[in-house]
Amino acid sequence: MSNSHQLKRVDFIFRNENDWKKVLSSTLKRKPAELINELISSELKGRGGAGFPTGLKWKLTSEEKSEEKYIICNADEGEPGTFKDREILSKVPCKVLTAMAVCGHVIGAKKGFIYLRGEYKYLEPELKKAIDEFEYYCKEIDFDFSISIFMGSGAYICGEETALLESMEGRRGEPRNKPPFPSQHGYLGKPTVVNNVETLVHAFTIFKYGAKKFYDLGVQYSRGTKLFSVSGDTPKPGIYELELGMSLQDFVYEFGDGDTKAVQVGGASGFLVPRKKFKDAAIGFKGKLTGISLPTGGSMMLFNSSRSMFNVLDNYLEFFSEESCGQCTPCRVGCQQLLLGIKAVKRGDKPAAYLDKLMRLTETMQLTAKCGLGQSVANSFSSIVENFREEMIY
Amino acid sequence: MDSIQSLIKSLADEYGRKRESLLPIMQAVVEQEKFLSEYSMVEIAREIDVPAAEVFGTATFYSFIETKPTGRYIIRICKTISCAMKGKNQVLFAIQDMLKIKMGETTPDKRFSLLETNCLGWCHKAPAMLINNEVYTELTPEKVRDILTSYMKKNVEN
Repeated sequence: MSNSHQLKRVDFIFRNENDWKKVLSSTLKRKPAELINELISSELKGRGGAGFPTGLKWKLTSEEKSEEKYIICNADEGEPGTFKDREILSKVPCKVLTAMAVCGHVIGAKKGFIYLRGEYKYLEPELKKAIDEFEYYCKEIDFDFSISIFMGSGAYICGEETALLESMEGRRGEPRNKPPFPSQHGYLGKPTVVNNVETLVHAFTIFKYGAKKFYDLGVQYSRGTKLFSVSGDTPKPGIYELELGMSLQDFVYEFGDGDTKAVQVGGASGFLVPRKKFKDAAIGFKGKLTGISLPTGGSMMLFNSSRSMFNVLDNYLEFFSEESCGQCTPCRVGCQQLLLGIKAVKRGDKPAAYLDKLMRLTETMQLTAKCGLGQSVANSFSSIVENFREEMIY
Repeated sequence: MDSIQSLIKSLADEYGRKRESLLPIMQAVVEQEKFLSEYSMVEIAREIDVPAAEVFGTATFYSFIETKPTGRYIIRICKTISCAMKGKNQVLFAIQDMLKIKMGETTPDKRFSLLETNCLGWCHKAPAMLINNEVYTELTPEKVRDILTSYMKKNVEN
């Protein structure tokens, strides 16, 4: 086997470390500005999928003048094909809590929340125990910080940070206009950091081992490791921590079943990559490497040649039609019309050229939808229709 | 004061009479009553002093806030892509066959309701379902029959 086929497995996130108390007490002794610099130099980017630089987010929030500030851990993991945050919260909750407390120290927040999706209600009892132990230790070291769990109630869109804030304030989970960003105007109008579960675990790693250890992994613009949730037609489904920047070819070599037809990268809101493009595609943030760079939410769904891409797209569009919050017209009506449209083409009620009209509709949605949900429907739609057009028609 | 009123009053005492308490209060009512009636919505609105229409608007947004009566056990089977690919339909047929209800219905004895839901986050162990807050994964028709049987026994014992 040649070296190019070796994926770089790493083990930071789930490494069994019982030293969070030591990491917390020693990190809290450091100055906020120093910790922000550490994060910025690590080049850690948000692991929920959007990829905003975490250090910058903390810095912006720390610069806001306010008596009240908040740190929220976004555990509303709802992207199809993603299941890493559940694993983190059940295996290494104290790493997440530690990073939240450090964030509180950096930005000046005394209160943290974990927004846990309703589908993960069964995690609540154990997580509460971990929080109790954690808060007890915070008291011991005289650090004023508390964490509460806020349960979601079954809404994918609440993973969007401003929809999440609306939900916590007791409203429909409809995304807000940005700006202002949560760093200025977040929960209850106060400056708020909203970080993905995995982002916080990486922050823990960085505070424990230093930015360099993290920075040395991955590739330019996509530093560090990432948890990948692997499912679909694969002999080894599961959760894997890998270095960023790997090529999809190498990934399929490792996880494919020998008959991989396409891989959906980044969940239903991500891209479908057909076999012929595997070698040109790399997993990382935009603006680096050559060829296609793919999103980094970590959802990897493999499809083999027995799968109909029409059924796959049909399933995604049904998902989006149901989960669209309905607030803005392009997304609400667009998702419904795309679903009706592909069915009509399949039945023969509409000519094949109707697919091009639908493609233009997704472009409109990308330009005019208010939040990431409506904008990203175009990703999977166009990548499936472009690459498997015949399967949409016949 | 009827039982719903006193439940809502005690929840408002616990969570506070503010808008941020709305979702936790609704969730607790659903947990207890198995659904949120319009009567409960009006009572919550009165108790925490927000317009009843706002409570209705918020309640109907969330798929886990049931606004119609449901059975004691709500079965939510995941229909998103990974589960759909791994035999969710066979599992669904087995459930329907055993409980003699269709999707969206409740058994006449009010024990089970059957619903579909979007991604439960168990794609690597598909197909998956929730029964109330318990998760069951890597389902097969045989396995789901055993699970349902154990729930039916539970019911008899209670």
